[in-house]
Amino acid sequence: MADAEIIPIGTRGRPGRGTGTQPSSAARSLAPRSTPSKTAATPSGQPRPAAKAAPQPKPKPKQKPAAKAAPAPPVVEPSRAPTTTDVPTADGIPAADWLAAIQGAAAEVFGQDWEPQLARFLAFLRRRVAGSYRIDEYGFDQEITERFLMAALRPIAQKWFRIEVRGIENIPLDGGALVVSNHSGTIPVDGLMTMVSIHDEIGRFLRPLGADLVFKMPFVGSMARRSGATLACTEDAERMLSGGELVGVWPEGFKGIGKPYAERYKLQRFGRGGFVSAAVRTGVPIIPLSVVGAEEIYPLVGNVPSLARLLGVPYIPITPFFPLLGPLGLVPLPSKWLLEFGEPIRTDEFDAGAADDPMLVFNVTDQVRETIQQTLYSLLMKRQSVFR
Amino acid sequence: MASAGRVVLVTGVSRDLGRKFARAAAADPDVSRVIGVDAVPPRGDMGDVSFVRADIRNPVIAKVIVKEDVDTVVHMSVISTPGSAGGRNTMKELNVIGTMQLLAACQKAPGLRALIVKSTTTVYGASSRDPAMFTEDMEPRRSARSGYAKDVAEVEGYVRGFARRRPDVRVAMLRAANVIGPGVTSPLTSYFRLPVIPTVLGHDARLQFLHERDLLDVLRHATHTDVSGTFNVAGDGLLMLSQAVRRLQRPSIGLPSFAVGNVGSVLRSARMADFSPEQTAFLTYGRGVDTTRMRTHLGFEPSYSTAEAFADFAAPLAATGGRTDRVLARLAERLPDPDAVPAVEGVDHG
Repeated sequence: MADAEIIPIGTRGRPGRGTGTQPSSAARSLAPRSTPSKTAATPSGQPRPAAKAAPQPKPKPKQKPAAKAAPAPPVVEPSRAPTTTDVPTADGIPAADWLAAIQGAAAEVFGQDWEPQLARFLAFLRRRVAGSYRIDEYGFDQEITERFLMAALRPIAQKWFRIEVRGIENIPLDGGALVVSNHSGTIPVDGLMTMVSIHDEIGRFLRPLGADLVFKMPFVGSMARRSGATLACTEDAERMLSGGELVGVWPEGFKGIGKPYAERYKLQRFGRGGFVSAAVRTGVPIIPLSVVGAEEIYPLVGNVPSLARLLGVPYIPITPFFPLLGPLGLVPLPSKWLLEFGEPIRTDEFDAGAADDPMLVFNVTDQVRETIQQTLYSLLMKRQSVFR
Repeated sequence: MASAGRVVLVTGVSRDLGRKFARAAAADPDVSRVIGVDAVPPRGDMGDVSFVRADIRNPVIAKVIVKEDVDTVVHMSVISTPGSAGGRNTMKELNVIGTMQLLAACQKAPGLRALIVKSTTTVYGASSRDPAMFTEDMEPRRSARSGYAKDVAEVEGYVRGFARRRPDVRVAMLRAANVIGPGVTSPLTSYFRLPVIPTVLGHDARLQFLHERDLLDVLRHATHTDVSGTFNVAGDGLLMLSQAVRRLQRPSIGLPSFAVGNVGSVLRSARMADFSPEQTAFLTYGRGVDTTRMRTHLGFEPSYSTAEAFADFAAPLAATGGRTDRVLARLAERLPDPDAVPAVEGVDHG
């Protein structure tokens, strides 16, 4: 070790790349011999005056500087960009280099065993292109949901909203169950975030029940069906629950997501309690879910009812940023989210005709609603601030 | 039920499915005689079927039923598209008035034991408010105002009325999903035979098919068993429209929903495909029907799933697209593939 050759790293204290007026020693040694002789007249000429001198003679053609500026660079070349001069541009890159680059890129993306990985990815692509994938009777496409939708939403859930999930053990690992949640956020982002959070925690797919407007809208409707949603109607809810699915329902509906910011975290009316009778009839537990944080992503401060009526939508949201900043206003505010799943409410102990007993249905509905409201209050107390 | 001398009357034998069913019924050892009835002579070979040229819209049919001592009537002449029959008025007359006359004749026939009606799942309509899977007890969300769906709804109403008035006659109504098969000509099959398939932009319909052989089987099954009631009949599983188009390897073009009607009428006038409003709604929202009762009550199991029926339909069609798949396949061949990647062609998901 003693006689090991010491190879200096860096510029030994001399001005390096991009720091001063002189090129670094490494850059100077790389520079070809022939070029300095061509522009030897301007060795002392600073790059800045040279660069300025180039556009000065032609101030009039404003619109096409790219074409006129092209002859100027050789003047600046030796001092500005000596490292780029020795790239062979004329002959093109040999095919072997391309292949190596592609292989390198593939190894970079897929890791060491990139060949089977790429083959698997290609098989996925071919399955999609050839249409040989499976959907269930609601139109749920598990493959695209897992590989595309969940993968796209996961960074938003984890990095942007920093979702914290509590009480996940209240969701049964198999069998039917009904998750009942508060609804907020102008755009039903909370539903998507609940889906991805449940899938990441316990690996089950939440099957949301959506309003018929969702399925009427182009793109949104087909995407919703593909990701497992179906229409919020008694028939579908009971069919899914008796099929052993984990079903998500937001009984506040548009009243919930479209409420003004001033009314945040105040639960709206819970519909007619249809979700309770569906759960009672199928005997599945009801799991109340309280979502904190979704209210602040798009603070709804205004509405255009006349335009909304014209377009046939429940409301036209106006947030502090939305029409003002255009598409940029669609970026949700990065609020901190808390999801708390409450104790399951059992429905299998009721009598046979309980689902048709309006009083019992109303009572259970109120119980679920109160649980969610109280949990919301306690979560809000625990939360440090909106964004932390 | 199956006595030695059963006489089966089949309506609508001029069309392919009716003719095929009549022939299949004639080959049955239980059945002594099959009478095929239609206003126009059948195009193909009728085999042992004795054809009676009679329009079910006029009372002659009653005489045929009584004279031949018919004990089973299979009503298959509700048509989905005017086609060669003429305009929409003719179609409506054939469907509704024809059924009324036929049922009136049936009511007067003392020897009649069974009535089998081939209905369709079109009766459920197609809209964004539909439940995922219709069971037999469900009503359409929006009752049809025109077209085939309305005809079928009226026909079903008359059949129900008949069942009330003649409780001694066994009435089985089979709501068949879209029938598909290599030889089937229907609005939906001519749609899928287009070289470039127009779809409704932003929507993806859920489709369910019934193979033509399964339709013939279920009709024969219904004439033999002792079951009455209404049954949805469809192959297992569903296909999305986009998935079906990809399996056909044909390019599709997404049109905004307001433009589909115009393109449809152009295609109709070019006699390439029939785009009725209910067909457009079906291709926008799709429809699924629950077939539990078909299995439990009727005791019928289709031999083709939806995907298999569609594959059988697609087999003779030449692919007009599918270039992406070929490129990907070539790329996949290049890769030395160590682990078994599931083969795309062999797998047929339900």
